[in-house]
Amino acid sequence: MTKSWKKYILWFAQEHVEFRLAEINSLAKLFKLQLRILSSSNEELLRPFWTVELPDEESALKLASRSISLKCILEHWSDSNNFGDFHSSLKTYLKTNELSQQYFHKDLSFKITVETYNKHFSQKEKVQKIETFDYLPLKGDVNLKDPSVEWWYIEYYGLDPTKVPETPDAILFGRWIADGQRHLIKDLSLKKRKFIGNTSMDAQLSLLMANQALVQSGDIVLDPFVGTGSLLVSAAKFGGFVMGSDIDYMMVHAKCRPSRITQKTREADESIRANLKQYGCEKRYLDVLVSDFSNPIWRDSFKVNSIITDPPYGIREATEKICIKVSDKPDTRNEDSAHYPSTSHYSLQHLYLDLLTFSARHLVIGGRLVCWFPFHRDDYNDGMIPQHECLKLVSNSEQPLSGITSRRLLTYEKVEEYSEDAERSTKGEILEFRPRYFDSGLESRQERRTRRAQLREIGRLEAIKRGKVLDVKDGKYKKVIDE
Amino acid sequence: MKLSTYNFLTSKSIRGVKVGYPLKLVVSKQDEVEAEFNPTFIERLLPKLEWSTVYLSAEVVGLQEDIPKEFSDDIVSNQDVLQKLHHLLLEVDILEGQLECPETGRVFPIKDGIPNMLLNEDEV
Repeated sequence: MTKSWKKYILWFAQEHVEFRLAEINSLAKLFKLQLRILSSSNEELLRPFWTVELPDEESALKLASRSISLKCILEHWSDSNNFGDFHSSLKTYLKTNELSQQYFHKDLSFKITVETYNKHFSQKEKVQKIETFDYLPLKGDVNLKDPSVEWWYIEYYGLDPTKVPETPDAILFGRWIADGQRHLIKDLSLKKRKFIGNTSMDAQLSLLMANQALVQSGDIVLDPFVGTGSLLVSAAKFGGFVMGSDIDYMMVHAKCRPSRITQKTREADESIRANLKQYGCEKRYLDVLVSDFSNPIWRDSFKVNSIITDPPYGIREATEKICIKVSDKPDTRNEDSAHYPSTSHYSLQHLYLDLLTFSARHLVIGGRLVCWFPFHRDDYNDGMIPQHECLKLVSNSEQPLSGITSRRLLTYEKVEEYSEDAERSTKGEILEFRPRYFDSGLESRQERRTRRAQLREIGRLEAIKRGKVLDVKDGKYKKVIDE
Repeated sequence: MKLSTYNFLTSKSIRGVKVGYPLKLVVSKQDEVEAEFNPTFIERLLPKLEWSTVYLSAEVVGLQEDIPKEFSDDIVSNQDVLQKLHHLLLEVDILEGQLECPETGRVFPIKDGIPNMLLNEDEV
């Protein structure tokens, strides 16, 4: 195969580092790009930059048009771990790549951005660094605001701020091509969103999820635990037609208790549809429904391109399904009174296996399921990850939530058509999250309460010793002030 | 509720119900919204639809003249019909009304454009 590859530098934001590889691989698949990642060791993948090879600049532009983890893409001109080799390889690049000469035209204004990662330099020092490039045949004017050509000079001083090396671990130079889509994080920020709830997913993660689900124009995207529709927003932003369902009637109708501290009641026009309208995606809103995920409501021919969801873990939102409850009390309902069906606990084990079976049934071949999976860090092993015969796990990235709890973003791709026999072929030993979350901290609740009570008692005795008196109004010990 | 969603909804989760399709649609208030016309979307959607239900819902909202009674492959290449289908399936919004299970007569109300498919505990 005679194929020409061009080198590029991907410059990332150092946030949600573990999600990077999954996102870039998903985008390469979405745009059918040939991509070779040259930075392949684990240490290199954690760095804020990767060197990659792509067939052409168009591919690089496509990648940047969707990526949330990317800050920008640079055309690679030179890199090395020492200054001598760096400059000589840049000189060689200028000599051997005649096309590079076009960027030094006298009518093109330019800018050189100096980025020193993990080490601070003053503006004066940065200018001195630029002056080491006196061999660049620069002819145009400097324009810092809106240059026609922008070069980036990067010195990378490792990731550990307590061990900054004397000289950089890596030095890179490249021509800026395009920025990633990080502006969307701010554009879709929950802070300004019309309708949010306790479990609304933040914009960055929900955009990453939409990328991992390969959402593109004309797709149908479903969230079966839709809540306030935060995952639908990013899917619709990328061109998906979105729909959702949830068991919580008040939530779907946006009548539940407001989550903002400043807000006492929900406004009349709050809704999932209003969220999409806010971001100009209302024309891709299909529907939301009130329904219990454990009871199927769809015809078998109902097929969606992606399922993006964050099931309830039982902490901030209850995991529930409709279930019969036997009670000795007489039934006081009559035909006219509104009836609220009783719900019971929907175990995570059943919920995830139902979700996988549902996805196997209703995804198109090649369609993806992207969902979060909560767990206790001490318990984790790969056998916990739910599996289904028709679904292939394509990525599994962890986001720590606290010292002991964590969640993983799982991405599955449907590889095989669903048949009834496949129904039983799910596995995964999923442990309940809620009891572990509340009861198995470093100390139990009982221990914590006893310890705190002891501390309070010590405080009280000390206060009395120092002659303070209990103020009954607020329950605090205070100095007696003579009037 | 859009009529594209309606086309896929069943009441099969009610205990004892086998097919639960098509649900009987009763409309008391409807609206028109604007939806993005996306040829890829509509072409993918067409083969999954139950055509008799498409026609049935067109009759309920009074748009049956726009829609051919039988499905044929010509529809996919006929831009005019595609536009009309797009309007019927994505731009007619049922705000108030109900869906009725064809086997048990159980009613699922539609309120503020959102169907409530929840069952009572003694029905599951």
